Amino acid sequence: MRRMLIVSLAAFALAGTPGDTRAAEGARPLDRDWPQEGIFGTFDRAALQRGFQVFKEVCAACHAAKYLRFRDLAGIGLDQQTIKAIASEYTVLDGPDDSGEMFERPAKPFDVFPSPFPNPQAARAANGGALPVDLSLIVKAREGGDDYIYSLLVGYSDPPEGEEGLEGAYYNRYFPGGWIAMPPPLSDDIIEYADGTPATVEQMAADVTQFLAWLAEPELEERKQLGLKFMLFVLVMTGIFYAYKRRVWSRLH
Amino acid sequence: MSTEMQKPPFKSGVLRWIDERLPVLTWAYNELVVYPAPRNLNYWWNFGSLAGIMLVVQIMTGVILVMFYTPHADLAFDSVEGYIMRDVNWGWLLRYIHANGASMFFALVYIHIFRGLYYGSYKKPRELLWILGVVILLLMMATAFMGYVLPWGNMSYWAATVITNLFSAIPLVGEPLVTWLWGGFTVDNPTLQRFFSLHYLLPFVIFAMVFLHLLALHQFGSNNPLGIDLSKKDKIPFHPYYTVKDVFGFCVFLLVYGYFVFYAPTAFISPTNFIPADPLQTPTHIVPEWYFLPFYAILRAITFDFLWIVPAKLGGVIAMFASIFVLFFLPWLDTSKVRSARFRPIYKWFFWLLVIDVLVLGWAGANPPEGWYLVAAQLGTLYYFLHFLVILPMLGKIERPLPLPSSLSDPVLRGTRSQPAS
Repeated sequence: MRRMLIVSLAAFALAGTPGDTRAAEGARPLDRDWPQEGIFGTFDRAALQRGFQVFKEVCAACHAAKYLRFRDLAGIGLDQQTIKAIASEYTVLDGPDDSGEMFERPAKPFDVFPSPFPNPQAARAANGGALPVDLSLIVKAREGGDDYIYSLLVGYSDPPEGEEGLEGAYYNRYFPGGWIAMPPPLSDDIIEYADGTPATVEQMAADVTQFLAWLAEPELEERKQLGLKFMLFVLVMTGIFYAYKRRVWSRLH
Repeated sequence: MSTEMQKPPFKSGVLRWIDERLPVLTWAYNELVVYPAPRNLNYWWNFGSLAGIMLVVQIMTGVILVMFYTPHADLAFDSVEGYIMRDVNWGWLLRYIHANGASMFFALVYIHIFRGLYYGSYKKPRELLWILGVVILLLMMATAFMGYVLPWGNMSYWAATVITNLFSAIPLVGEPLVTWLWGGFTVDNPTLQRFFSLHYLLPFVIFAMVFLHLLALHQFGSNNPLGIDLSKKDKIPFHPYYTVKDVFGFCVFLLVYGYFVFYAPTAFISPTNFIPADPLQTPTHIVPEWYFLPFYAILRAITFDFLWIVPAKLGGVIAMFASIFVLFFLPWLDTSKVRSARFRPIYKWFFWLLVIDVLVLGWAGANPPEGWYLVAAQLGTLYYFLHFLVILPMLGKIERPLPLPSSLSDPVLRGTRSQPAS
């Protein structure tokens, strides 16, 4: 929604999202306030870490995140020891070694977070023909962004009266078409949060959405901080050059 | 320049020695420092220099991005989203400056063009200046389109497919031509690689055209809000008056540009383009970037065959290209001798109608070609051509322009807001 607002504000309403109210496109996502929204918005580190736990223990069972390296987790506030420990829980294929053999070793911080399936065919075979998408950019890759991802995660319900179900699909009013191949991934207390937060569906959905928003835009905080400096600097320069312009032009009168 | 070249006041003997043998300093001094500019230019005259700066920004960021980008169908998306955006120092900044820069460049150029339309800057003796401008617009469109394909997202892929497919509408040679353009039987790696090559080449062609554009501009000097030919006493040296005004305008522009780069960097990027290119997954709505939407609406407005010989698809392609090519003939289609709309009471209204028409076309282009959207696109297209081919030629004959002043201090101007301080 923020995207639409900005675009229309800029008088480029032309680029707005076409026909997003039509039934086939899914219900309008819930409009939630996210800590990373707005000019001064920053990520909530505690939520990101809880969100990573949801991602690791729930999402990552089916979904890959090929742009996530363990070392990047410093961005959600984890220290080097923790990152090394998390990485070493996973095994990655390396090689070939000097004798030409591939070998397995514990993952290191520079490794990519391992994909649950070796290839898309294996992923489809294990998921009833549907391909679990890579989650690296998912928040930027969906109309509605974080609001949509959150809504989708909490949007499972029984289908409306009389609606014909699809084989192997689940009803979700926020999903375009209403029927999604992903089974409801979250249920209360499916995980136990390290910080003791009650693991309700809403809590987990909000946390993992924030983690995925960070994963899609890890530069967000740096970008906004630099933006503030840039805007203040240019604002001062604008004032100076306006005054200077007036002084120069006053010679003409 | 119609006047004699002036020698710059050299303080350094070395510079004078160089300039006697290679008169670049004399040239720069005459074209950028003492160059006489009308003293009554308003802020709409800032957009040309802003667009020029934007071209340089795009070339500079583009040259650096190329150092990290990989032009290959299997690697392009990863090199942008996985490498430039995450691992390259300031890569995200360069990428967002470049991607949003394209939108900014078009916004500036469109304002620049409409300024020319309002003040009649295309009229004698500036016809070639205008035509060079239209050439630059066409080159910009080709460059922007090919640049949009390079990240190899799903909208990149399908935009490339839709736009290159337009050439298949050409009778007889269409199909083989498209295969030749693609370098295969579908948009694929060869297409990406040639687009990459051309996307690197064309900006330098644009640069050369901008140079010619400036050469043609400096032949007679800028037009001005009154649209009359000004005498020497109504002109002021470009430096410092317009250099400082341009720098101030640039600062204001940077605030808008900076807002998008730092606070809404993906506002102009379709979410679909964060999904890697997938030939098996057609997006529900294939929509081009905002700056192509009016032309996209014209393309899709022709849903009927012309006279049993031009099929609808070819008709759409012809209409779309004609909507730009008609601009080449504008200096002769507009039969009025008066340049500025300030003295053309009827044209002024038609100018704003054209602005509204283009906005309506843009809105229709963003939506599927059905129902009212299609009607709007068709009426908008009809009016667009009516404006250039019927209204402008007739208006010059029937409109009675207001009395033109002979100079900036002419009493005709007294009491109007355009009167300069004397």
